[in-house]
Amino acid sequence: MIMVKFRNLPSQLSLLLLAMVLTFSTTTYAQEEAAEAATEEAATDTAAADLGGDPVAGKTLFNANCAACHKLYDKAVGPALFGVGDKYEKEWLYSWIRNSQEMVKAGDPVAVKLFEENNQSVMTAFPALSDADIDNIIAYTYTEKPTPVITTTTTGEAGGGDNTATNNIILAALAMVFLLLVVMLMLVSKTLRRIAEANGVEYEEKEAKPSLWKAFVQNQFLVFVTAVFLLLASGYFAYGWMMQVGMDQGYAPIQPIHYSHKIHAGDNQIDCNFCHSSARRSKTSGIPSLNVCMNCHKNISEYNGEEDLANGYTKDFYTGEIKKLYEAVGWDENTQSYTGEEKPVKWVRIHNLPDFAYFNHSQHVSVAGVECQTCHGPVEEMEVMYQFSPLTMGWCINCHRETNVDLKNNEYYQKVHEELSKKYGVDKLTIAQMGGLECGKCHY
Amino acid sequence: MNNTSDNHMASNKKYWKSVEELKENSPIVETLKQNEFVEEIPTDDFLGDKETLEASSTTRRDFLKYVGFTTAAASLAACEGPVIKSIPYVVAPDEIIPGVANYYASSIGDGFDFANVLVKTREGRPIKIEHNDLDHGGEVNARVQASVLSLYDKNRLMYPTVGGEEVSWEDFDAGVVATMSQMTGKDVVLLTQTFASPTTAKLIQEFTTQYPNVRHVVYDTVSSSEAADAYQTKYGSRGLADYDFSKAEVIVSVGADFLGDWQGGGYSVGYIKNRVPKKGKKMSRHFQFEANMTLSGANADVRVPVKPSDQVKILKALTGGSVSGLPDNVAEAVRKAKSELDAAGTNGVIVTGIPTVEAQTAVLEYNDIKGSAAMDTAKPRLTSMGNTAEVTAVMNGVISGSVKGLITVGVDPVYSFPNASFADAYQNLEMSIAFSMREDATASRAKMVAALPHYLESWGDIQPKKGSFGLTQPTIRPLFNTRQFQECLLKWTENSKTYYEYLRENWENNILAGGAWSQALQDGVYESDVVLEELETTPALNALESATSAGALLPNTQDGGMELTLYTKTSMGDGQQANNPWLQEMPDPLTRASWDNYLTISASDASSLGLENYNVANGALNGSYANVSVGGVTIENVPVIIQPGQAQGSVGLALGYGKTDAIQKEMQTGVNAYTLYNNFSSVQTGVSISKASGIHEFACVQLQNTMMGRDIIRETTLEIFNTKDAEHWNPMPMVSKDHQEIPVTSPDADLWDSFDRSLGHHFNLSIDLNACTGCGACVIACHAENNVPVVGKEEMRKSRNMHWLRIDRYYSSQESFAHDFEKKDNISGLGSSLSEFAELEQASENPQVAFMPVMCQHCNHAPCETVCPVAATSHGRQGQNHMAYNRCVGTRYCANNCPYKVRRFNWFLYAENDEFDYNMNNDLGRMVLNPDVVVRSRGVMEKCSMCIQMTQKTILDAKRDGRAIKDGEFKTACSSACSTGAIAFGDVNDHDSEIYKKTKDDRMYHLLEAVGTKPNVMYQTQVRNTKES
Repeated sequence: MIMVKFRNLPSQLSLLLLAMVLTFSTTTYAQEEAAEAATEEAATDTAAADLGGDPVAGKTLFNANCAACHKLYDKAVGPALFGVGDKYEKEWLYSWIRNSQEMVKAGDPVAVKLFEENNQSVMTAFPALSDADIDNIIAYTYTEKPTPVITTTTTGEAGGGDNTATNNIILAALAMVFLLLVVMLMLVSKTLRRIAEANGVEYEEKEAKPSLWKAFVQNQFLVFVTAVFLLLASGYFAYGWMMQVGMDQGYAPIQPIHYSHKIHAGDNQIDCNFCHSSARRSKTSGIPSLNVCMNCHKNISEYNGEEDLANGYTKDFYTGEIKKLYEAVGWDENTQSYTGEEKPVKWVRIHNLPDFAYFNHSQHVSVAGVECQTCHGPVEEMEVMYQFSPLTMGWCINCHRETNVDLKNNEYYQKVHEELSKKYGVDKLTIAQMGGLECGKCHY
Repeated sequence: MNNTSDNHMASNKKYWKSVEELKENSPIVETLKQNEFVEEIPTDDFLGDKETLEASSTTRRDFLKYVGFTTAAASLAACEGPVIKSIPYVVAPDEIIPGVANYYASSIGDGFDFANVLVKTREGRPIKIEHNDLDHGGEVNARVQASVLSLYDKNRLMYPTVGGEEVSWEDFDAGVVATMSQMTGKDVVLLTQTFASPTTAKLIQEFTTQYPNVRHVVYDTVSSSEAADAYQTKYGSRGLADYDFSKAEVIVSVGADFLGDWQGGGYSVGYIKNRVPKKGKKMSRHFQFEANMTLSGANADVRVPVKPSDQVKILKALTGGSVSGLPDNVAEAVRKAKSELDAAGTNGVIVTGIPTVEAQTAVLEYNDIKGSAAMDTAKPRLTSMGNTAEVTAVMNGVISGSVKGLITVGVDPVYSFPNASFADAYQNLEMSIAFSMREDATASRAKMVAALPHYLESWGDIQPKKGSFGLTQPTIRPLFNTRQFQECLLKWTENSKTYYEYLRENWENNILAGGAWSQALQDGVYESDVVLEELETTPALNALESATSAGALLPNTQDGGMELTLYTKTSMGDGQQANNPWLQEMPDPLTRASWDNYLTISASDASSLGLENYNVANGALNGSYANVSVGGVTIENVPVIIQPGQAQGSVGLALGYGKTDAIQKEMQTGVNAYTLYNNFSSVQTGVSISKASGIHEFACVQLQNTMMGRDIIRETTLEIFNTKDAEHWNPMPMVSKDHQEIPVTSPDADLWDSFDRSLGHHFNLSIDLNACTGCGACVIACHAENNVPVVGKEEMRKSRNMHWLRIDRYYSSQESFAHDFEKKDNISGLGSSLSEFAELEQASENPQVAFMPVMCQHCNHAPCETVCPVAATSHGRQGQNHMAYNRCVGTRYCANNCPYKVRRFNWFLYAENDEFDYNMNNDLGRMVLNPDVVVRSRGVMEKCSMCIQMTQKTILDAKRDGRAIKDGEFKTACSSACSTGAIAFGDVNDHDSEIYKKTKDDRMYHLLEAVGTKPNVMYQTQVRNTKES
């Protein structure tokens, strides 16, 4: 049906818009990042001057060894390390980093105190780190917290930065000018006519030719044909419209926590199955439980990636969403422990199959090896998750008709495949040929 | 409006509108001539007051706007889908994957049913009880299958109470300890069900040691006391002799319904092993002498209806006495049974249900002397340990006031004691603590009530048979504020352990004998030869003797009147699960009546008493009421069913009905037969029955009781089976084509082309009529697996039951089905056919009985598919007849065209509908629903799907693992519930499979083969081990 185009039109338009927005916004991000990197570099440079270590090498070492548990400016599993060199003796730090537990056992008062302060979490021993390495790391810890420089950069780059906004203003202005012109034209014409009337100038009324409209009305055949055409057309569109009832393609509800698939699956390339692990084994893909989130977010308490200012997705905004997660799961950042006060998140379900249709994720993900994106669309680009496919029966069936079953290396299919391909005389079998269109396979 | 005289009409008639017009100069008529209304409507008052109108915030226009907007908004809102919330776990348990079922091994031991089970859970909710395959020979009957629904019973007790007020468990414990200290020195009885639990026994002993004034008495609501007494007298320890009928060639049962609930039941697995005929292999022979028609009688080769007093004589004759005093036909049967028993030697066995110690002792002695291989006295059953004398003493003690305190656990004596004065006496006790799952008759009168959890929420163990152990583990967190009895005992004996720790410690120290706890827990069953210390309170031997002399030894104590045999129905058992709608709705295997208990009576006795049964216009069964009196106690208005095969002079009545406390209104069915359970004896004599007024409306789902010689159930005898070709006793129906007889299955006889089904899977179901005892476990399993709704008594009566699987029961009209055929074949002429066909409709006084489970036959040439106008039902390549509910428009053409009558129509919405207030109408009850199967809505047809959700899952699992499917992996709910293996399921395209062999079996036939539907369900001809006919 042509209706399909009609259905997709809004989504296509929005996609186009989204694409435009994204093009502009990514440039913004790129510039910001560059600026940020620059400031950071400058900061480390200054730090390097004071201390014996090399902060650049230190950064690499820090990220490789320490970052899993420590942050520079905030408490994570371990304490914040900013300026750690001021707090403890260098020698003490050397031995602490190489084997902290030995010191605790030996009864070093500072070590014991530190151990107790941090919930007795044992710090991994790093006997391989040389004094120079540790010096480098300490040097890196003096890196000043980069001050937000976004405002300056954006104003500096106004030309490219706020493109969409300016465009909108220009468009609006143009529209206003156009409207003004139309109004003026009408007023001028009215005034002219009035002047003409006042002056007694007779302008010819057009001869009352039978108007096109009247001619049309008088031609009964034409009226009949038009009526039929209109009826058919309206029926067609009405049908198309009615078929969309209960179809929620493009449904993108507001979720209690603004979870960005774009950041997780797109920017950070996390595999879908990492969180939706039951998709491989169960009929449901499963909304990940919050303990899955906490596997990473115990350490990632703030957002440092790209921002989308046009939509208000700032770093603070994202960090705020992570805090919502902490509240839901009952995680106290200060003590780095669970409080036990849980507030389960009430997500709004996006994909709603009716009860009478049975769908099994594992069948498609594990057995058929279908990419998640085939049905769920470009999730890795979705800032807000939406329903990509219509999820109608026609859509299911189309795919079952067109898709060949991958039978390699699956003992289950071997015999069936041999026999069926002999029967149909083909090498490849579609799901439909395997019986995938039978009613009872999905409706029970 | 005006006078007709003003009109230019020819008529001069004057029409008038009221008498007023007849009066001249009536002012009203005058006014009306001018005005429409007599009085002026005060429109000016209303509209003239402009100020008020304008001041009103709602003008007429606004009003219309609002109306328009709301209508539009409402209709727009209706188009939008609802917002559905999904709430994942905060911390997901490791073992739960949403959408994948987990199975846990557990055990039930509710005092009546003991079984090792497998519990299927989904997202932490138990949804189905299955058989634990590690327990060989164990049986999971219909009640155990249905027990999962009792977990989600909204009438359960939700918290402990003291004096009717909700209290915390701490306060409850404090109250109990305080009361117990007050009771020091006074006689307190701990009256419990049989736990058959070694750990509980140990705990109870610790408790009674701490409180020496407490004595433990075991009370089985349905007693096997005499058998246990006899065993104890003979073998020293208390127990019930166990029987393995697979080791018996001749089984003679005198009043023992061992395929039913006799001595705990569960004997059918062994019994059936020797009942499925194979060429050249012996088949056991089964004599049954009984009063009521039972499952055992229905499955027997020779069944003789005899009233209980004659059963005693028969038992005497069998064990060495003479047959004098018995009617000739009975005496003949006894002689035959005795000679076969003698010939069988150690392969013969006698069992009896006569409730006297003498009778039970006689049987033990006989089997012992003969060295019967089937009887196992070394490892007795421990499931029914109560002693009548002790229980009677408690009952009388409470009534007389000598017993001051009573703690009841898992029993409901106020309901089930046969003494009406007990209830009042109980209320006057100084101390009464009731442990109960519901506020039953006892709990509602107790001073303190402890809410018990369901066994699926509890820890525990059972030892149903010496050396065979089972573990109970919780499969869900307690739904309510309940606590186990054992947990309470630990608290009261100031033991700081939890019951789990206590249980585990006891197992590791005393039972496991080196085995691993975790393995035992995973398996759920454990075999161990350890000798446990005798902890169960056993009555002293002198108590037994007094019971023997005091007990109602048989029956002939009161002459005259009828003899009543009290029995338990397959569906209801002792009545614990009376609030379970699945069990209420399950038709009795024999009478096929649901939602009732009733007096079963023979046709001749009924006619002499003027009692009758008849079908009304819509086919439903109606019956008379009778008043039943035993020793001064009368139950009024007991519905009467005329039971073919009931011994003359005897009647039967099922226990477990007539409960009202904490039972939903709809399920307060039947009469309480425990009031007649004098001396806790299943046989009562001197029963007088009189007709009462009124007509009872039964919910009986089978209207035709006989086959009238039709080819529905095929039967033959072992002799014919062994000596003649299959075409003789299992012929293929022939049809005529071009005046040539051809088999109905030949392609020439077919209008349609057959699909090629040789590829992929092709599922077939086989039902072995020899192995089917009619127990009905499959009916409940189907209920649970497929979300089959409960429709209630009224709808059942209208034959609107929704069971996807029914078990048809047929009686022979003559003395056997073979005689029916003979009679039908000999009918000739109009007169003969009129009279004799009518006679064939009547069941015989002692009929042969046959059971036939019928579900959708999944015809390859399905008549239903061709008539569906919307193609809602269609055929799958795997042989299943699919039903797409959302496509069905409810024309019911398919049901009308189905020759097997297996399609069920949803006349109403059975879920979330207050008119059908069963489990699908409350949040708790809906937790039992299987999430893989849709709940059907009103107006659609439904039927057996051959559990396509299960076959699809098996296939998917294999695909995911990348392996071929082994034989035995494919299952349906009914086939896995069938402990005797009567229902078998599998893929016939796998030529090595068991099911393929069944298709080639000589006994195989299809139901109504002559219709040419080519079903995918096959039956195996029933073979009876009879020589005559």
